[in-house]
Amino acid sequence: MTLSQESPKKIDLHVDVHHLTRVEGHGNIKVRVVGGQLAEARWDIVETPRFFEVMLKGKHYTAAGILAARICGICSIAHCLASVRATENAFGVTVPESAAKLRLLAKHGETLQSHALHVFFLAAPDFLALPSAIPLKDLKPEVFGLAARLKGLANRICDVVAGRTTHPVSIQVGGMGRMPDKYVLQELKSQLKRAVDDLDAAVAVFQTFEIPDFVRETEFVSLKGERTYPFIGGRLLSSDGAEQPESDYRAMTNEYVTEDNTSKWCKISRESIAVGALARLNNNYHRLHPKAREVAVQFALAPVCHNPFMNNVAQLVECVHAVHDSMRIIDDLVDAGPAETMARVKPSPGQGVGAVEAPRGILYHDYEYDEQGRIVRANCVVPTTQNNANIHYDLKAFVERFAVDGMTDEKLELLCSTLVRAYDPCISCSVH
Amino acid sequence: MRFLNIEQKRPRIAVFDFTGCEGCELQLVNKEETLGPFLDAIEVVSFREASTAHSDDYEVALIDGAVTRPDEVERLKAIRKRAKLLVAMGSCACFGGVAKLKNAFDLDEANREVYGDLPKETIPAMAVKDVVTVDLQVPGCPVSKSEIERVVQHLAYDLPLPSYAYPVCLECKQRYTVCRFDLGELCLGPITRAGCNAPCPAGGMGCWGCRGPAESANYEEFFALAAERGFSEEEIQDRLRFFGGFEEVK
Repeated sequence: MTLSQESPKKIDLHVDVHHLTRVEGHGNIKVRVVGGQLAEARWDIVETPRFFEVMLKGKHYTAAGILAARICGICSIAHCLASVRATENAFGVTVPESAAKLRLLAKHGETLQSHALHVFFLAAPDFLALPSAIPLKDLKPEVFGLAARLKGLANRICDVVAGRTTHPVSIQVGGMGRMPDKYVLQELKSQLKRAVDDLDAAVAVFQTFEIPDFVRETEFVSLKGERTYPFIGGRLLSSDGAEQPESDYRAMTNEYVTEDNTSKWCKISRESIAVGALARLNNNYHRLHPKAREVAVQFALAPVCHNPFMNNVAQLVECVHAVHDSMRIIDDLVDAGPAETMARVKPSPGQGVGAVEAPRGILYHDYEYDEQGRIVRANCVVPTTQNNANIHYDLKAFVERFAVDGMTDEKLELLCSTLVRAYDPCISCSVH
Repeated sequence: MRFLNIEQKRPRIAVFDFTGCEGCELQLVNKEETLGPFLDAIEVVSFREASTAHSDDYEVALIDGAVTRPDEVERLKAIRKRAKLLVAMGSCACFGGVAKLKNAFDLDEANREVYGDLPKETIPAMAVKDVVTVDLQVPGCPVSKSEIERVVQHLAYDLPLPSYAYPVCLECKQRYTVCRFDLGELCLGPITRAGCNAPCPAGGMGCWGCRGPAESANYEEFFALAAERGFSEEEIQDRLRFFGGFEEVK
């Protein structure tokens, strides 16, 4: 995938991808270059609208998290966490410390699960010239094996802590439905220890991938880590310097509707923003676990990196962070012994926002409650909703730069698809 | 290829996503300890979420999601024509699932609320069986990978299909989970079809009935039990409507 940076020649190119593969949901890429000039480069979301914000209305607070989780099958834990956090902020509930630790552990499980799925099963085939990860089973069984082991471990964390991998059951308003057994947690820790070797092997695999050299200056938005690498709640930060409290998420998103897309788009002061692993890493590099930072250094990934393809590497770095930080949390939980995991919850009329870093970027749920504890208004701003405009403008800049002599329709289709996949779009989520 | 002296068929399977969270599709690549043998037992000819390879030459179509737009109706009918066996995978495909909750609202108003004056095309959510003939229903939100494996074993080795006539309660007893009713919570376990291994009560939450009704569920006794424990009609109806599986219950 070596690309030369020559001046554009008079070439014609045409790419038309209907329902891009190896992404969650339905999106289309369209590119037309005529006589060396960019005529059109678009990213459009054609997913069926789902109306979760309407469906949440009238729901009791005990049902909100269960319904919110169904927005996304891959990041259901993030949606459930953002949902219960919005409700807790509306009711003025503080969760017990043990529950906060368990939630972060569940979050790490999901981050590892989603990133492992993306980097190995969805993104890696592009760099290995394969249609999917399925042939890896026979071609490179050691790579398939380590990917399956890492993903399996991640699912095991979610099962143990959240009660289930997809659509969690233990994450409830007020805290967590149960404290996992000490021995189960200790066994999980020994599995995490063994995963360190798999992560080293994964890093070696990724170092063989040729990452396109493309940068477009971008504004990155994420939670701001005060003392730790941030995942659940806190202040909002943009790499352009803007900062807002969690409750003022609207100023960090400015959602608007476009004619051709069933997903909304977002922006702050530029034409678009980006969220996700790369945004988190750019904004919170020094809060990463030292072992994760070592991996970032190996890939020369340092803030502020404006190459969207490096989001794949940022996800790998976060896998390392998740594994090491999970071991620390388990030690904490086991040392602390049995503890209360639920706070008393008393519904009251009011409004609350919950911001959580989903694997694909910052996610907001915002609910308004009546005195019966039922939702009267709901708003959700989802990571890929925030990324869609950035993907669209990236495509334009990317095609303008790479529509050079020697480029073919097939090559450009693969490169554009690889660019979109690097964002790990979660499209049905973005439409919700 | 023969396995345990049984002629193995390698069914050609295609996976299609409609309106939903794609969580059921994700289950297909979960359960990593048996992922290798699972993929060996089948031939995946089309699976957009996981592969760029595509062919229209398939025997089995796994359908994920509900139907909520006219183009989905047409797409589903075309798939039905090609597939020898069509499987509705998950509660959205089987019953309409949570997607159906929007049907309780005026869709024009819903559109205005979400999209302002640029409304998007949408129709009331339907289950797959409302549009085409379904050969096999595998409910659950999400589906259990073990149940999908049993379906594949049936297709590949002619092993019998799983049948879960009994309710979730039985699986709670099998894994020594304390009854949620005894903890003062509402639970649809007594009337919901088992096969999930009851993860919700074990994880600290009563059953919400995502797998739909158990065979000959005793509704009368269930409603009496719930009323006796002081749960309101509204609470019970909220649950029965949630995943769309209990439409037969009034």
